[in-house]
Amino acid sequence: MSWTLVFVLAGTAYFFKVLGLVVVGDRTLPPMLSRCLALIPAALLAAIVVKDTFSVGRHLVIDARAAGVAAAALAAWRKVPLIGVIVIGAAVTAVVRAVG
Amino acid sequence: MKHMLRDPRMRQVISACITLGFAVGVFAISFGVSAVSAGASVAQACVMSLLVFTGASQFSLVSVIGSGGTPASAFGGAALLAARNGVYGLAMAPHLEGSLGKRLVAAQLTIDESTAMAVAQDDPAHRRAAFWVTGLSVYLFWNVGTLIGAELGTAIDPMKYGLDAAFPAAFVAILFPVLKDRVSRWAAITGAVVCLALIPFVPVGIPILAATVGVLFGIPDPADDASKVAE
Repeated sequence: MSWTLVFVLAGTAYFFKVLGLVVVGDRTLPPMLSRCLALIPAALLAAIVVKDTFSVGRHLVIDARAAGVAAAALAAWRKVPLIGVIVIGAAVTAVVRAVG
Repeated sequence: MKHMLRDPRMRQVISACITLGFAVGVFAISFGVSAVSAGASVAQACVMSLLVFTGASQFSLVSVIGSGGTPASAFGGAALLAARNGVYGLAMAPHLEGSLGKRLVAAQLTIDESTAMAVAQDDPAHRRAAFWVTGLSVYLFWNVGTLIGAELGTAIDPMKYGLDAAFPAAFVAILFPVLKDRVSRWAAITGAVVCLALIPFVPVGIPILAATVGVLFGIPDPADDASKVAE
């Protein structure tokens, strides 16, 4: 892997991070825009969860992760603390993978 | 700081944020391992975590390089994933007032975890604390974890311990409290469906960006007829 790639990605990543935070600054956004922005975590987190659970690259798959994440969801719903949810998710995935 | 810790809810928020940072650190070990097995040096893995500091982009970069992709395609996917931090910045901007210098530091910490923990809080003080504590603890643990993983190299197989599921498991846990009303649930369902539907057809990174169409459920004013919200 080249160092150029590492630094170009670092610059790009920081550019995006600064863009939203510094450009908008203290300005008050219109209420409609604020309502939409408030929904970003729900839409993005749900998308990240399904992507990391059901895909490998551009292929959709159902494997041990599905069982692990389902167990984690159940744990989260039963209000298990975060670290517990993560351990349950990883452990169930590992066990199903070992058995399967 | 002292008066902050006298607020029990604040203590709860801070401890949850630190826990999340620790969990992400465990996950960072698997990044370190993946990076080195994809051909990065230990120094490159560590510099990436220090400077890029956005996990999904870093993973995407090393996975494309590791599977023989060109640097340009590896960069493209990673940059698309990094673009969502710009959207997070927009969402966080109204809550992070302060000097330009402070904002420039906050920018580096504007990632999935810090944004998610912050927006889950109702009170502005809790929101700011959640952002900073999560951002700083994730930064610390993410870099320590990367170093450990890179040094371990191929000595451990992250798949064997289910570490690839640690990330979605953590996000499921963060997602639940975010789904506090009907509009959020529709946004989440839409995001998930759009993402899954696109994965086989478009380059890595795009499905996640496209999932943001879910935020359009925020357009109708909830003060209007409630039935419109469900549309």
